[in-house]
Amino acid sequence: MKISGADLFVKALMEEKVDILFAYPGGQAIELFNALYGVESIKVILSRHEQGLVHAADGYARSTGRVGVCLVTSGPGATNLVTGIATANYDSVPLVCFTGQVPTYLIGNDAFQEVDIVGIVRSISKYAITVRNREDLGTIIKKAFYVAKSGKPGVVVVDLPKDIQQKLGSDLYPEQVEIRGYKPNTAVHSEQIRKALDCLNASRKPIFLLGGGVNISRANKEMTLLAEKTGIPVITTIMGKGSIPTNHPLYVGNLGIHGSYAANNAINECDVLFSIGVRFNDRITGKISEFAKHATIIHIDIDPASISRNIVVDIPIVADARNAIGALLDKSISLDIEDWKEQISSWKQLHPHDRSQNSVSGVTPQAIIHEINALFDNVIITTDVGQNQLWTTQFLEITETKQMLTSGGLGTMGYGFPAAMGAKLGNPKTDVISICGDGGMQMNIQEMATAIVHELPIIICILNNGYLGNVRQWQEMFFSKRYSSTCMKRRESCPVICNTPSEDCPAYTPDFIRLAESYGAKGIRVQRVEDIKPALLEAKAAIKNPTVIEFIIEREENVWPIVPPGNSLADMIVGGENRNAEQKVD
Amino acid sequence: MQNKRWISLFVENEVGVLARISGLFSGKSYNLNSLTAGTTEDATISRMTISLTSDDQTFEQIKKQLNRSIEVIKVIDFSETDIHMKELMFVKICNCTGEDMMEINCIIDALNLELIDSNTHTALLECVQTENKNNDLIDLLVKNFGGRVEIIRGGSVAIEVIK
Ligand SMILES: Cc1ncc(C[n+]2csc(CCOP(=O)(O)OP(=O)(O)O)c2C)c(N)n1
Ligand SMILES: [Mg+2]
Repeated sequence: MKISGADLFVKALMEEKVDILFAYPGGQAIELFNALYGVESIKVILSRHEQGLVHAADGYARSTGRVGVCLVTSGPGATNLVTGIATANYDSVPLVCFTGQVPTYLIGNDAFQEVDIVGIVRSISKYAITVRNREDLGTIIKKAFYVAKSGKPGVVVVDLPKDIQQKLGSDLYPEQVEIRGYKPNTAVHSEQIRKALDCLNASRKPIFLLGGGVNISRANKEMTLLAEKTGIPVITTIMGKGSIPTNHPLYVGNLGIHGSYAANNAINECDVLFSIGVRFNDRITGKISEFAKHATIIHIDIDPASISRNIVVDIPIVADARNAIGALLDKSISLDIEDWKEQISSWKQLHPHDRSQNSVSGVTPQAIIHEINALFDNVIITTDVGQNQLWTTQFLEITETKQMLTSGGLGTMGYGFPAAMGAKLGNPKTDVISICGDGGMQMNIQEMATAIVHELPIIICILNNGYLGNVRQWQEMFFSKRYSSTCMKRRESCPVICNTPSEDCPAYTPDFIRLAESYGAKGIRVQRVEDIKPALLEAKAAIKNPTVIEFIIEREENVWPIVPPGNSLADMIVGGENRNAEQKVD
Repeated sequence: MQNKRWISLFVENEVGVLARISGLFSGKSYNLNSLTAGTTEDATISRMTISLTSDDQTFEQIKKQLNRSIEVIKVIDFSETDIHMKELMFVKICNCTGEDMMEINCIIDALNLELIDSNTHTALLECVQTENKNNDLIDLLVKNFGGRVEIIRGGSVAIEVIK
C-alpha cells in the first residue's frame, strides 16, 4: 500500500512505541502534525519554546531509559533545538529529533525558513541526516532510533523535507537495520578483566570511580553488589552519583572541583583507580599531571574514544558497564584494605560535606535539600546549573528509588525545569522536583504554561540568592569581588560599582509567586526555616498543579570545597567558615 | 613526538560525509595536511586518503574518533604499512626564455615528469610522484624560476603494496 511520508512517520513512531512526542509545529512540519492529529497512542506535548521541549524529551529519556522524541519545524524551530541537542548528546542521552525542512527542490535556495540543520548539529550529535528520497524514509527512521539508543547513546537528527512528507511511497517500516560502519561493542574481553582483577588483588589502596556510564547502563544494583563484594570504597562523578546509594557505608562522595575532601584525597592517594563510565574531564581531574599520580588506572567504557584521551589508562576495557560489572561479579576477589578504609573514613569525618551553612534565617540550601531527603522516597530530582546544582549534587541523597537528572557535560542553565516536565510525563506516579536558581529558572520559565495545561504537579524549588551565584562566587574568590553583571536585583538606580548586597537593594523581579499564580500554579515563598517542611508537604500533596517554592537564601552563600582553577585536587579550599557563627561569638 | 601519518578511510558515499570528516578535524583541532576522496568500485563507498602530522596519543584519538563516526566503515592506519603513494601535481611556469625551456626539459627528463601543454614561453608539467618528491621539485623550481611558478597539488592517494 502506498502512504504519504507523513503517515509513514506516524507509523514508525507507533512501531517504536513512542508514547509521548515533544513537539512544536510550523509550516514545514504541518504535514506531520496533520498526520498526528487524533492519533491516540501518541500524546503530543506542545511546549512554549522548542528549547523547553527538547530538554523535556531529555528528562523523559534520562528518567525512563527510553528514547526521547522531538518534532519541530524548519529554520527557527530547528535552531531553537540546538542547545538541547548539545546538552543531551554531551550526557549520552538518547534522543531522536525530527526537523521539518523546505522541500528538496528548494534546499540551497535561501528558501523561507531554510537552515542547514544537519550542518549545524554535525559536531553536537551522534548522527544527523536529511532524508532525500521518500523510499529511504522508513530505513532512516529505524536507523535513527537504533543509533540513538545503542552503544554510547546520543542524539540523532532526522531532517524531513516537506515534499518527502507529502510524497506517496511504501508503507514498510523495517524491523531491523544493518549499518556496516556502526557495530557497538558491548561484550567484555575476558583477558582484560583478568588483568584488572590481578591488579586489584595486589592493591592496598584501591578505589572505584564511577561515572554516568553506570547510571546509563542501569548497572546500579550490580555495582552495589560489586562494591560490597570487594569492600572497595566508591567515589562518583556528578553524573555517576547514585551508582550506589549515597547512604551506603562504602560511598565516599563526589570528586572534582567541588568534590568532597575525602574523595579528592582518596583519588590522590589511591594505588589502583578502577574507573567505570567516566571521561576524566577537566571538572573532575583538576591539574591533570597530578591526578591519581600514584595509581594504576583501570578504565571500563563503552566508548573507545573515551579511553586514554585525557588520562593515560593502564588497563583499558571496552565494554558496556553492566556487562563488565557482571563479569567481575563472577570472579573471586580478596582484599585486605582495612587501613585504607579507616583513612578514608577519617578524611570524611574531618571535612564532611554536611556542615552548617551561613544564614540568619536558617533557610540554607543544605537545610532545604535535607528536608527533601527526608520527605520524599520515590522521587526524581532535576537540577539546573550553578550553585543550586552543586549543592544538590553534594547534599542530595540518592537511593534505588531516587534519581537525579543534571546537565553535567554542557552545564546548560534552563535545563532543570523542562527536564522535570519530561520526567513527570515519563513517570506519572513518581514525585518530581526541580531544584533551580533564580537565574536559570527564568531561562525556560515559559514552560509553566505547559506544566499547567498538562496538569503536571511538579515541585519547583527556586533557590533565590538574587545572583548568578556560581559566577558571583568566582568573582568573589578570584576577581577581587568585582560583581560584574551577576546581580539579578540590579537596576538603573544602583551605583555603578556595587558588591555589597543589603536590605536596601531593589526588589527582585519577577515576583515568582505572582508569576506562578498568573499561570494558575501555586506559589509559596519561604523565608523562615520552619516553613521549609510545610511548603514541601503542601507541594507534595498537589495532584494537578505545579507548585513554585521560592526559597530566599543567603545572597552570598558559597559552594565548598572548591579546587581553584589550575590546582591539583589536593589543593582544594575547604572553606565554609561560618560568618554567622562568628557574629554570634562576638 | 610529532610524526607524519597516513590513514586510509572507507566511508559511506553520502551527502555530507566529507564535511563530517573534515569537521571532526577542525572541531577537535587535529592537524590535517591533505585529504583526498573518491568513489570506489562499489558506488556506495568512498575512500579517503588522509595525511596528517600528530603525536602518538593524538593519532590514537583521531583513529578512534573516525571509527566512532557512523558513516565511517573502516579506518586503516598506513603509517607503519608498506604502501604505494602518489600525488598529482600540476606546475605551470610562465615567461620562459628559450634557455628556461631547455632547463625545464632537462628536469622533465631527469625526474620522469610529463610536459602536457606548452607554448613558446609557458610550460605545464604533470608530476605524479610521492608527496616528498613533489616537495623537492617545488623547492627546485621556485629556486630557478621564482615567482613565475604556479602550483596546484591534489593531495595523495595510497594503497597497500601487494605482498
Ligand atoms: C545557558 C547558560 N548561560 C550561562 C551559563 C554560565 N553560568 C553558569 S552558572 C551561572 C549562574 C547561575 O545563576 P542561578 O541560576 O541564579 O543559579 P545559582 O548559581 O545562583 O544557584 C551562569 C551564568 C550557563 N551555564 N548556561
Ligand atoms: Mg541565583
